[in-house]
Amino acid sequence: MPIYEQTYRRYGGLRLPPCRGWWVIARTGLASALLDRRFVGLLLLAWAPFLVRAVQIYASANFQQVGFLAPTVETFRTFIAQQSTFMFFVTVYAGAGLIADDRHANALQLYLSKPVTRSEYVVGKSVILVVLLLAVTWLPAMALLLWQVTLTGDAFLLTNSHLGPAIMVFSVIEALVAALPMLALSSLSSSRRFVSVLYAGVVLFSGGLATALGAETGRGWWSWLSPEHALAAVGDAIFRIQTPSSAPIALAAVALAAIVLVSLVVLRRTVCAVDVVSS
Amino acid sequence: MLSDLVTPERLANPTAELDRVTVHYGGTPALRDVSVTFERGTVGLLGPNGAGKSTMLRSLLGLVRSDSGTMRVMGLDVAEAAREIRSRVGYMPERDAHVPGMTAVSFVAYCGELSGLPSSDAMQRAHEVLYYVGLGEARYRKLETYSVGMKQRAKLAQALVHDPDLLLLDEPTSGMDPGGRDEMLDLIRDLGRAKGVSLIMSSHVLPDIEYACDHVVMLDRGRVAAHAAIATLTGHGAGVFEMRVKSDSGRMLTALQEAGIDCNEAGDGALRVTLPAGGTARDLFQVAAAARLQVRHLRPSVPTLEDAFARAVGAPR
Repeated sequence: MPIYEQTYRRYGGLRLPPCRGWWVIARTGLASALLDRRFVGLLLLAWAPFLVRAVQIYASANFQQVGFLAPTVETFRTFIAQQSTFMFFVTVYAGAGLIADDRHANALQLYLSKPVTRSEYVVGKSVILVVLLLAVTWLPAMALLLWQVTLTGDAFLLTNSHLGPAIMVFSVIEALVAALPMLALSSLSSSRRFVSVLYAGVVLFSGGLATALGAETGRGWWSWLSPEHALAAVGDAIFRIQTPSSAPIALAAVALAAIVLVSLVVLRRTVCAVDVVSS
Repeated sequence: MLSDLVTPERLANPTAELDRVTVHYGGTPALRDVSVTFERGTVGLLGPNGAGKSTMLRSLLGLVRSDSGTMRVMGLDVAEAAREIRSRVGYMPERDAHVPGMTAVSFVAYCGELSGLPSSDAMQRAHEVLYYVGLGEARYRKLETYSVGMKQRAKLAQALVHDPDLLLLDEPTSGMDPGGRDEMLDLIRDLGRAKGVSLIMSSHVLPDIEYACDHVVMLDRGRVAAHAAIATLTGHGAGVFEMRVKSDSGRMLTALQEAGIDCNEAGDGALRVTLPAGGTARDLFQVAAAARLQVRHLRPSVPTLEDAFARAVGAPR
């Protein structure tokens, strides 16, 4: 019978167990992001540095005249650091509206009236942004590592066995530190533009403040004020790179943990089906 | 006529029960010590704005925590099995609500998946329920382009897509034009009476409740003011009269109220009088005579839900 001739009828099919709401949210959100041409353009642009590095690795592996271009651990660390610019734009573009748009359209009460918990909702939204961020950091970095191994054999990998895990761990930390504060800010407003401006303001102001205080005092200690600087310090430690100006690793790690914790607390308080106004 | 959708399971047991439930919003009481049982079938939740209707529906879904008391939906404790309840209940919120950037069919299918349907089944059901609610031709349009009435239908479709045992409809005709309102009420009536879906429909519009529902729960300032079958409230019992007196209807109103007879102004100098059980028209003449007022017009009237509501809430109509 054609659908238009059917009336309402009971559903006798399979019902999947609960706890998969986050996956439905994440899958739908990712599909929606990848259908946006401007966002796909941004992703492609974010892979431009990968092409440059791939050519560098190819040249160093095949032409002795440019052997000085041969990649080291620093090369991969620098590559991921360079990607932070694209991470910023991806975070703003894809993250600002993740919860703010739902608040604007009153969708939260719809989500939470389904068998979806608040935690699953937040996890689903986080996964969208984390996956997109990993697509501009971890994925091209691992592709470069694979390219290097393909061209020069596994000697490089054996010498730098920590590199693969370091790329993985740092990319995930970087993605979480970007995604969770953005989601927290997104949950505070129903305007994605306001959230974008707020996020950019926080990142730029904290970075500027940390740089100014560092320059004034001559100490990298102030880096904890800026997520970007704290991430750099943690990244250097994970990649086992010595930089004299880095913040103390313990301080930077605590600062990043605090950012994540505060974001989770904000999300816990703001993601709810009913807005309660105190009398 | 009931269809094969009306199973014995769907007809047995109450759909929801509240036992001494109190809910506060930031210090303001929204429900006060409410105890009520919702029968199977279509139940109207009637009350003025701020009576606690939306709060009660949200509480039944576990979206709002009660400060005290217990609630059961489909036999399940709301405090312990909110997720299970939400997988068996469809909720249509009062305010405009949709997932931004989606077409109606993808939105409804998405809601089906969130409710536990496999992806392909959710999509098929989405097409079916969108046709059922009258959005078949518009199902590939983005929700942002819909009119208020179409958005209301889309909200009903998302509540129906997973074939719930109980529908909670919060002001389903809110913001709709008269034609759309009638069609929405016909849909609700069909769901409740022909398709065997139990539903609780909140509204402050009495004719909507009277048209679509079998039972009514009247709320007033967070308390249950009355709870009965609509047929019981309107069909028999106390007699209702339309009455006019010469010159001072206000004095007659006072005299009747002092005599313990429910009475309200019906506009244009007329009074609508509801006699207590056992009362007769002679009582009205006696009150008028005692007040030295002359009755110019007395006509029996059919009791309506409005009369019952006015009696229960004690407010002028």
